[in-house]
Amino acid sequence: MLPDGGADDEERWLAEGIAGVQQNAFYMHRAVDSNNLKDALKYSAQMLSELRTSRLSPHKYYDLYMRAFDEMRKLEMFFREETRRGSCSVVDLYELVQHAGNVLPRLYLLCTVGSVYIKSKEAPAKDVLKDLVEMCRGIQHPLRGLFLRSYLSQISRDKLPDIGSEYEGDADSINDAVEFVLQNFIEMNKLWVRMQHQGPVREKEKRGKERNELRDLVGKNLHVLSQIEGVDLDMYKETVLPRILEQVVNCKDELAQFYLMDCIIQVFPDEYHLQTLETLLSAFPQLQPNVDIKTVLSQLMDRLSSYATTSPEVLPEFLQVEAFAKFSKAIGKVIEAQVDMPVVGAVTLYVSLLTFTLRVHPDRLDYVDQVLGACVKKLSGNAKLQDSRATKQIVALLSAPLEKYSDIVTALELSNYPRVMDYLDNSTTKVMALVIIQSITKNTACISTSDKIEALFDLIKGLIKDMDGAQDDELDDDDFKEEQSSVARLIHMLHNDDHEEMLKILCTVQKHILQGGPKRLPFTVPSLVFSALKLVRRLQGQDGDAIGEEVPATPKKIFQILHQTIEALSCVPSPELALRLYLLCAEAANDCDLEPVAYEFFTQAFILYEEEIADSKAQITAIHLIIGTLQRMNIFGVENRDTLTHKTTGYSAKLLKKPDQCRAVYACSHLFWTDDQDGIMDGERVLLCLKRALRIANAAQQMANVTRGNSGSVALFIEILNKYLYFFEKGIPEITNTVIQDLIELIRTEKQSDNSVADPSTEAFFASTLRYIEFQKQKGGSLSEKYEQIKTT
Amino acid sequence: MVLVLALGDLHVPHRAADLPAKFKSMLVPGKIQHIICTGNLCIKEVHDYLKSLCPDLHITRGEYDEDARYPETKTLTIGLFKLGLCHGHQVVPWGDLDSLAMLQRQLDVDILVTGHTHQFKAYKHEGGVVINPGSATGAYSSITYDVNPSFVLMDIDGLRVVVYVYELIDGEVKVDKIDFKKTATMHA
Repeated sequence: MLPDGGADDEERWLAEGIAGVQQNAFYMHRAVDSNNLKDALKYSAQMLSELRTSRLSPHKYYDLYMRAFDEMRKLEMFFREETRRGSCSVVDLYELVQHAGNVLPRLYLLCTVGSVYIKSKEAPAKDVLKDLVEMCRGIQHPLRGLFLRSYLSQISRDKLPDIGSEYEGDADSINDAVEFVLQNFIEMNKLWVRMQHQGPVREKEKRGKERNELRDLVGKNLHVLSQIEGVDLDMYKETVLPRILEQVVNCKDELAQFYLMDCIIQVFPDEYHLQTLETLLSAFPQLQPNVDIKTVLSQLMDRLSSYATTSPEVLPEFLQVEAFAKFSKAIGKVIEAQVDMPVVGAVTLYVSLLTFTLRVHPDRLDYVDQVLGACVKKLSGNAKLQDSRATKQIVALLSAPLEKYSDIVTALELSNYPRVMDYLDNSTTKVMALVIIQSITKNTACISTSDKIEALFDLIKGLIKDMDGAQDDELDDDDFKEEQSSVARLIHMLHNDDHEEMLKILCTVQKHILQGGPKRLPFTVPSLVFSALKLVRRLQGQDGDAIGEEVPATPKKIFQILHQTIEALSCVPSPELALRLYLLCAEAANDCDLEPVAYEFFTQAFILYEEEIADSKAQITAIHLIIGTLQRMNIFGVENRDTLTHKTTGYSAKLLKKPDQCRAVYACSHLFWTDDQDGIMDGERVLLCLKRALRIANAAQQMANVTRGNSGSVALFIEILNKYLYFFEKGIPEITNTVIQDLIELIRTEKQSDNSVADPSTEAFFASTLRYIEFQKQKGGSLSEKYEQIKTT
Repeated sequence: MVLVLALGDLHVPHRAADLPAKFKSMLVPGKIQHIICTGNLCIKEVHDYLKSLCPDLHITRGEYDEDARYPETKTLTIGLFKLGLCHGHQVVPWGDLDSLAMLQRQLDVDILVTGHTHQFKAYKHEGGVVINPGSATGAYSSITYDVNPSFVLMDIDGLRVVVYVYELIDGEVKVDKIDFKKTATMHA
């Protein structure tokens, strides 16, 4: 179409063209100013001749055209004045301009006069328009013809014999208006399509690009049609749409078909589309095979989806036209016809359809399931997806119901949901599982039946256990932790107030998490344990097992589950965590009056302590937890209690470092004293512990002397003193004020000894202890009496 | 006026999924000058969240904390007050005020903040104040039944500290406040 010139040449030609336009415009203006019609016509024709060029690309031609266009506006005003003035009648002018030498300027002038003619109302608009649209056939050159007809369209826009317009003629002139625009459109499309076939084959791509630049000229006509008042739904249905579609189908041009279908959808109102859905959809199979139908279909569905959300009143319309059925069928046909369509394309279509369904028919789970099922069908036969775009679309597909239905249980009812997930590769399955969990925790919705939970765990199985072929090593540590923490959180959302159901839930969860393997158990086991302990507490509140009543949910049963679950941690191994959990269970058993169960849990904890916890720091924490828990136990009989306390004090004395031994041993003193009347109050054994602690503190002191040459910290003695004071107040007879006084002196001596190192914190501790004694003296009553004798200075 | 947030025993994710929404909306960054946390967060995510509320974050180790590097005890000075922080599982019997008072003397602080029992307490004695902010998430406790989520905000102003306790009871946040004044004789 274009001669081989090159960009620079084009610039030059454009510049020449513009110069030509400007120059002739100048003379034209002069003629206009002096009311010289003849010259005005002459120069305007010359100016318009610049538009006869074949040398410009569409983009540059447009530039030139616009300049001419601006000048023609002024000319039109001149024509109007001339005809009004009476120097020349509009009919004569219409005749006169046809004498212009070349056809292109002639037609531009004719259109311009035509505009004035219509405005003058000396002839019906429809007649003038009909004449003009026919005359424009004189230009068959695609580019020039397109711009000429575009000009016609532009100047006629406000002069169409529309209903309610001043140019409305007799009845049915609306048909003429529509006919005019349709004609112009059809001709423009033909010209546009013809561009495709001009020029050498190797320039096909370039031509496509150029055609694209011009598409809005053609599309504008459709826009004009949509703006015509008189085009109501009936007219659109009967006349407008069928005529447009006819042209679209018949032109057999891929580019035009894609653009125009999209244009129709964009330009006409959504209600119209809904009411002409059948017609519209039936056009698709008739289009050229390479047209990207799915994009257009998706567009249509997305528009109608948005339309559905504008107001609830429109929803019944959708039902009435059976929109869903029509779309499903249409999509099915498209996918069937285009066998080579990549998976991502098909899935995108389903995503659009699903979005549509969720907005229009949110209560029809069967529709939603249907869409998912159709997707599964398309996916079946393929291995797991590798294409990341397709995967993304599937995630979008699966996320849509989650977002719509804030209650995950609804999504769980979609039978095809898990089947779609099966086609995801392992890492995406996990991503999707996390999306599901997030949706649950975000909506703080509880899932309360074990079968729903079973379904849920099936969906998130990628997170729960190792999948076949999964490369778990690839996963970042932090990411893995986050993942499992999500699962841990999820467990808290699984709840039912009914005890039997809750027990079932616990069993279901246990079953699944025990498949998780050593990496996952440390994260998931604690959550399950606490969930179970909460149930125990709830059962406790009620009157326990009544004999003869078949009540499956009992604390005993749950403790069995707990035992099993915590035991699984041995494969990790996670002895510290397991110890803590055993101790908690012991406490819970204590509260349920289940002595043997509590004893068994302590046994397990002790075994772990003896055999698995070797780290000294870990031992210290563990022993304090054991002491703290045991101190609270009130269920044990004398024998059991003795065994456990004996073991505990034994462990305490065997800690590695002397100071730690000392602290653990004096902590043990509390094992023999509770403030509870029914509990143990064994002053003798309390004292034994304190004395033992004192001995250890001495030994520690001596060792420090030997090894470090200084006496080490007196802190231990002060701590023991505080413990003595504690039991002194409780009234243990063996602890007299003399004992206290001796201890105070001992500490003083140690501090003043040659080897001692003054440590400000120990000083402060001692000082505040002595202050405490003084406070107690002020308290009055029996307390003051006790402390009376003790001297702090 | 210095605002100090005291909280702990969140036990995320083992015993609770997250802080209650009503608490989260109250705790905005930039309003608090210090955060002291008794421990048992348990995961880094919670640490990061607290850090985002206030960069001056102090944490002591709870027995379930993922990060083993938190100290067993911590002391810090805010204004005219010396504060001590400890999770509390180390002090037997758990929750026993006299034993906690011993720790207070040992650390030589005006205000001792500990947790572990998941029950809010604010106790004044001649040695100072012992505060337990409870569990910010209402996590299960073997010691306390029916734990309500709670946390404490201390307003330290000169010799006076006002302790505000926020508790989530039946879905509503209830606030209570207790005044403490430090006497000059507390530290001879």
